[in-house]
Amino acid sequence: MTQPPTPWHQKIVGGFRRTSDKLGENLTGLFTKATLDRETLDGIEEALIASDLGPATAARIRNRLADERYEKGIDEQGVRAVMANEIARILAPVAKPLEIEAFPRPQVILVIGVNGSGKTTTIAKLAHLLQEQDYSVMLVAGDTFRAAAIGQLKVWAERIGVPIISGKEGGDAAGLVYEGVKQGTATGIDVLIVDTAGRLQNKAGLMDELSKIRRVLGRLNPAAPHDVVLVLDATTGQNGLNQIEVFRETAGVTGLVMTKLDGTARGGLLVAAAEKFGLPVHAIGIGEGVDDLRPFDAEEVARAIAGVSE
Amino acid sequence: MFESLSDRLGGVFDRLRGRGALNEADVRAALREVRIALLEADVALPVVRQFVDGVTEKAVGQSVLKSITPGQQVVKIVNDALTEMLGSDAADLDLDVTPPAVVMMVGLQGSGKTTTTAKIAKRLTEKGRKKVLMASLDVNRPAAQEQLATLGTQVSVATLPIVAGQTPVDIARRALQAAKLQGFDVLMLDTAGRLHVDQALMEEMRAVAEISTPHEILLVVDALTGQDAVNVATNFSQQVALTGVVLTRMDGDARGGAALSMRAVTGKPIKFVGTGEKLDGLELFQPSRVAGRILGMGDVVSLVERAAETIQVEEAEALAAKMAKGQFDMNDLRAQFNQMKRMGGLGALAGMLPGVKQVKQAMANGAGDDKMLVRLDAIIGSMTPKERSKPELLNAKRKIRIAKGSGTTVQEVNKLLKMHQEMANAMKKIRKMGGLKGLGAMMGKGGGLGGMLGGLTGGMGGGAGGMPQLPPGGMGGLPGLPGKGPGGLPAGFDKFLKK
Ligand SMILES: Nc1nc2c(ncn2[C@@H]2O[C@H](COP(=O)(O)OP(=O)(O)OP(=O)(O)O)[C@@H](O)[C@H]2O)c(=O)[nH]1
Ligand SMILES: Nc1nc2c(ncn2[C@@H]2O[C@H](COP(=O)(O)OP(=O)(O)OP(=O)(O)O)[C@@H](O)[C@H]2O)c(=O)[nH]1
Ligand SMILES: [Mg+2]
Ligand SMILES: [Mg+2]
Repeated sequence: MTQPPTPWHQKIVGGFRRTSDKLGENLTGLFTKATLDRETLDGIEEALIASDLGPATAARIRNRLADERYEKGIDEQGVRAVMANEIARILAPVAKPLEIEAFPRPQVILVIGVNGSGKTTTIAKLAHLLQEQDYSVMLVAGDTFRAAAIGQLKVWAERIGVPIISGKEGGDAAGLVYEGVKQGTATGIDVLIVDTAGRLQNKAGLMDELSKIRRVLGRLNPAAPHDVVLVLDATTGQNGLNQIEVFRETAGVTGLVMTKLDGTARGGLLVAAAEKFGLPVHAIGIGEGVDDLRPFDAEEVARAIAGVSE
Repeated sequence: MFESLSDRLGGVFDRLRGRGALNEADVRAALREVRIALLEADVALPVVRQFVDGVTEKAVGQSVLKSITPGQQVVKIVNDALTEMLGSDAADLDLDVTPPAVVMMVGLQGSGKTTTTAKIAKRLTEKGRKKVLMASLDVNRPAAQEQLATLGTQVSVATLPIVAGQTPVDIARRALQAAKLQGFDVLMLDTAGRLHVDQALMEEMRAVAEISTPHEILLVVDALTGQDAVNVATNFSQQVALTGVVLTRMDGDARGGAALSMRAVTGKPIKFVGTGEKLDGLELFQPSRVAGRILGMGDVVSLVERAAETIQVEEAEALAAKMAKGQFDMNDLRAQFNQMKRMGGLGALAGMLPGVKQVKQAMANGAGDDKMLVRLDAIIGSMTPKERSKPELLNAKRKIRIAKGSGTTVQEVNKLLKMHQEMANAMKKIRKMGGLKGLGAMMGKGGGLGGMLGGLTGGMGGGAGGMPQLPPGGMGGLPGLPGKGPGGLPAGFDKFLKK
């Protein structure tokens, strides 16, 4: 690391370009065999790793594909389609939209996740979507910790025109949430969505607070929270698995939403998560606006991960 | 969740014990494990490839030190290379210009820009004695400017008055003018989060950089980032002249491989790491610590240093003296709690330790709860001075009184007593084993804390202790620390919260 001529970071950037092209190169002209050759499989595995599936899941998928036989003359797009199929097969069982069916009303949805993952924005999007489907929605500004978090949700509530229950910054989140369920029940709304402060899953104190909020929600209505939605950021790497595991244990996660899929991150974490936890994936976020929430479509995400061109 | 590299390599090399030099086949076998370890730590694939190639070259033919196994030798080579690649030394901000020095923060949505802006401003104000002005150019996210204003109030740093309807470029101009007119030393520009593929927003960022000619442009990146780090780093550094990187959420338990990806792709130093939502959660980047963490070997060095910084020397000395006499009473326990609180509670502490199961277990049981420390403290506070120095006095009647006085229950008082008992025992054991010496020397008679560390690091022998050759200097004392059994936190902590 002493020779300055080619800074090593530039070499890596070059190396990166090579990776993205690698699959293509490896695949050209090798297709007279019935099983995929090693180079092709290496290319597949690396493509999967580059999409955040993690080395273990990537290796498993590689091995599955290695065991199969394919038509002679399969081309690059063909191989990508095979990858996409395999991924879609893993993802299909977890693609489940959030259903509003609670009786007695309201259906209480608790939204949780690590800091900055997109909880508050997702709540705005979800509220907007449900409203369009003719449900009445109310929000609870349960993040009393972060600066201007309440203001943020209030602006959203005003923009989309839904009522919001909020308290003071620094106030007791659990108390507010209790008030929210009370008012939501009294006014007879269909859906009550509760925002929470971002928290890293290794902070025991904050995770306890989350269990407390959960318990308080159940006091007025034992069925609440009906849904506990964990919001994951698509740019998150392998720690995402740990997030799911710990939040599921302490807060009883019932489903996932992945945000920020409008960037270059492919969200391969969901594949690893589907194999490991099998939790429903309700929706994906593809932008910062209220209309940027989409149902989770297993095939679409699988094609994006496999790089199938439309 | 994942095995540490030393565990992995242990397996690969067991059969190679006693070899003289590392041959290519050994090294290749080992580096397959290194590759997986790095990928699991979220280092980006092209960076992993480059790194592994470099290390292979270095490692082949090196003779194995007699004192250690080939596995440990490889870990050492990898660790050294990683540390070097991460940056040979920590770099602070360079603001040595005619004021106002402009610092611009950029990055993806939600990476921590606004919070970090306030943290840096606080640091510059308090440690650097600078007069700082902060301005938010975020006109996209609802209440973004209010967020920065609130943080400004919290850290007593001025923020540019909010004027609705201005574009980011307008705001930047106004901020510059205000900073010049009012004699600010530093102007910090917080910008909206943007995706590197968003042409319009990237263009806007360039325009802001053009008119404000920042002296530092810091890319703020989430330590939890995965493979996408390469794309982010590549695109942002193509658009503006980055001068450094800030890695946030290092208080999480991610391995933080993004640090290596960032460093490799941008070629710029990582200047700071964010270690919490609170505004004092900012530290200078320490390559060797992050290297250890990426390899899954825990952040033992920072733990010890943080302990050394926060421990009150006199308190520690007094405690050490008492321990020498075999006394450890409620006052001492309380002193321990206070130390823990100063260190950001057990949460922060335990988060820095190697991924030891016991620690995680203890944390899951709520041992990291700052509030719990407060409650324990309240219980001790409700005791009479006599009771504190002679806990044996506490009969049922007294316990009821104390529980009432502290707003807790007798059960909780009992748990505290049990904890004290077990901790006193632990102290005795430590004294017998002489384990304090190493640590004490390092931390300046770090008496009481040793007890805590001894408890906390129960089971760490397998992590740091197993690799005597590895970690950077000054760690000598740690492996010798006695470990208590499972859940080895000051005993009883884990039970305390079970209601
Ligand atoms: N590009 C993009 N940005 C998003 C998406 N979802 C959220 N964001 C942005 O990400 C940033 C953080 O979003 P928030 O909704 O505030 O995240 P949060 O999880 O509530 O954050 P905390 O409450 O601070 O933990 C904001 O700038 C959002 O506009 C998405 O799907 N795509
Ligand atoms: N645990 C932890 N949380 C952090 C850290 N830095 C920032 N945060 C939290 O992360 C979330 C997002 O931080 P912001 O500062 O709002 O992020 P941002 O980059 O300004 O977000 P946008 O402006 O929406 O792009 C907040 O909840 C912060 O409290 C850190 O080092 N550790
Ligand atoms: Mg929020
Ligand atoms: Mg911001």
